Amino acid sequence: MFELLQYSFVQNALAASVLASIACGIIGVYVVVKKIVFISGGIAHASFGGIGLGYYLDINPMFGVLPFSILSALVMGTVSKKSKIPEDSAIGILWSLGMAIGIIFVYLTPGYAPDLMTYLFGNILTVPRFDIYLMLALDLVIVGAVYLFYKEFLSLCFDEEFTTVQGVPTQKLYLLLLCIIALTIVVLIKVVGIILVIALLTIPATLSRKFTHDLKRMMLISTLFGTVISVAGIGLSYVLDVPSGATIILVLSFVYGLVAFVMEMLEGRGVLN
Amino acid sequence: MEKVIELKDVWVRYGNQVILEAVNLEIEKPEGLLGIIGPNGGGKTTLLKVFLGLLKPYRGNVKLFGKTPEKSRDLVGYVPQYKRFDFDFPISVWEVVLTGRMSHTGFLKKYGDEDKKAAEEALKTVEMFQYKDRQIGQLSGGQRQRVFIARALATNPKLLLLDEPNSGLDPHMQDELYRLLDRLKNDMAIIMVTHDLSAVSVYVDKIACLNRKLHYHNSKEIRVEDLEATYQCPVELIAHGVPHRVLDKHNGGS
Repeated sequence: MFELLQYSFVQNALAASVLASIACGIIGVYVVVKKIVFISGGIAHASFGGIGLGYYLDINPMFGVLPFSILSALVMGTVSKKSKIPEDSAIGILWSLGMAIGIIFVYLTPGYAPDLMTYLFGNILTVPRFDIYLMLALDLVIVGAVYLFYKEFLSLCFDEEFTTVQGVPTQKLYLLLLCIIALTIVVLIKVVGIILVIALLTIPATLSRKFTHDLKRMMLISTLFGTVISVAGIGLSYVLDVPSGATIILVLSFVYGLVAFVMEMLEGRGVLN
Repeated sequence: MEKVIELKDVWVRYGNQVILEAVNLEIEKPEGLLGIIGPNGGGKTTLLKVFLGLLKPYRGNVKLFGKTPEKSRDLVGYVPQYKRFDFDFPISVWEVVLTGRMSHTGFLKKYGDEDKKAAEEALKTVEMFQYKDRQIGQLSGGQRQRVFIARALATNPKLLLLDEPNSGLDPHMQDELYRLLDRLKNDMAIIMVTHDLSAVSVYVDKIACLNRKLHYHNSKEIRVEDLEATYQCPVELIAHGVPHRVLDKHNGGS
């Protein structure tokens, strides 16, 4: 098994899974406690428009998806709060609009769109070295922003109205949080793909909640959990020769189910004793 | 001395529905407890949001301490409706109370010694300092309400606004809450809105009735016609169980 580590594609895969776990471990906690899973899913799917744009312009699709996901986050955050239609309807519309734009762009691109599937479903074994550097840079931005805005984000997630009354520009802060979620999605795309991104944003964070009531510790635990599971998932997918992204999600879901079940049992016993 | 609150002919509407109509209110004294009673949907929370600058009236003028609500936020403490919260949220009592310091700490800065001192003092005032490391969900209803009052006090407010602070509390806890407000009202002006008439207790200094229009006579006595206009039903019942006379003697017997 260890001789595998000599291959650069394996090294890249490990680096990518660690970088992805840091981003989703930290930001997933905000997604879960602020209950913005749906809008995060919307940003992820709408970002497909950026992939299509990248193909159409014949550039690295990562450079298409980066601005497009930020734009999706800003539009969704603004429209869902300001429009008269219900927030979840607005998100649903923008969700599919972004994907439709992506499909049209891919259609308009002459010739065959190579590795389109890797953006939809992820393929961590094909992550190029350049994308690793991009993920590292985005991770630094994400961690830096959370460090700087930690107290504001905590208050925003707990009680948005009170935070406004404290003179904090909560609408802008919320948009910033959505933009950071967009960056996280870009980091995660190569690992599990656009379709499955939301699993990485929710499962590790939800699981960490079972072990602590402290936001910082939740971030730490969900990062560790994500790292261990994604490395295990990659190993399993390599051995079984099945897609890596989906395998990671399956292992995550299985472990979550197992932990939830065991903890319920223990709590049940605690009541009996 | 600036007036604590000055509302002149304030109108608020959602869509076509008028929620507040020609509301006038002046509070001059920088201490004392004003109770605003009225039925659900009568505009009580809306009125608080006007004080806080969260809602803009489409007509009329709002001044707090002689300034706009946005500019007086560091002087106002706010205790929102209790049922809004997610008590599973991963936050400790200490962290909750510190968020009441943000208007003083400033953007991008970490909480400093002064903030921690204010938070500690606020928690001691509500007698909750020994619970500071508990997660917010691990407290009883009355204790949580005290924590939210402490968060508002951490701001060092000159005006404290409470939205239905007694809801969900049993009578014993309610009484403790009123005793706490009774102590606090010596240092700041307090406005409490509630639909619960029994909240109009011995501790309230003045009462206003709100149902779209505000009936306020700068006194503790409520006139029966105001109550009937507010609740649109006979009001004899409400004189029972109130441990202090709130109905004016001349009207009370009729």
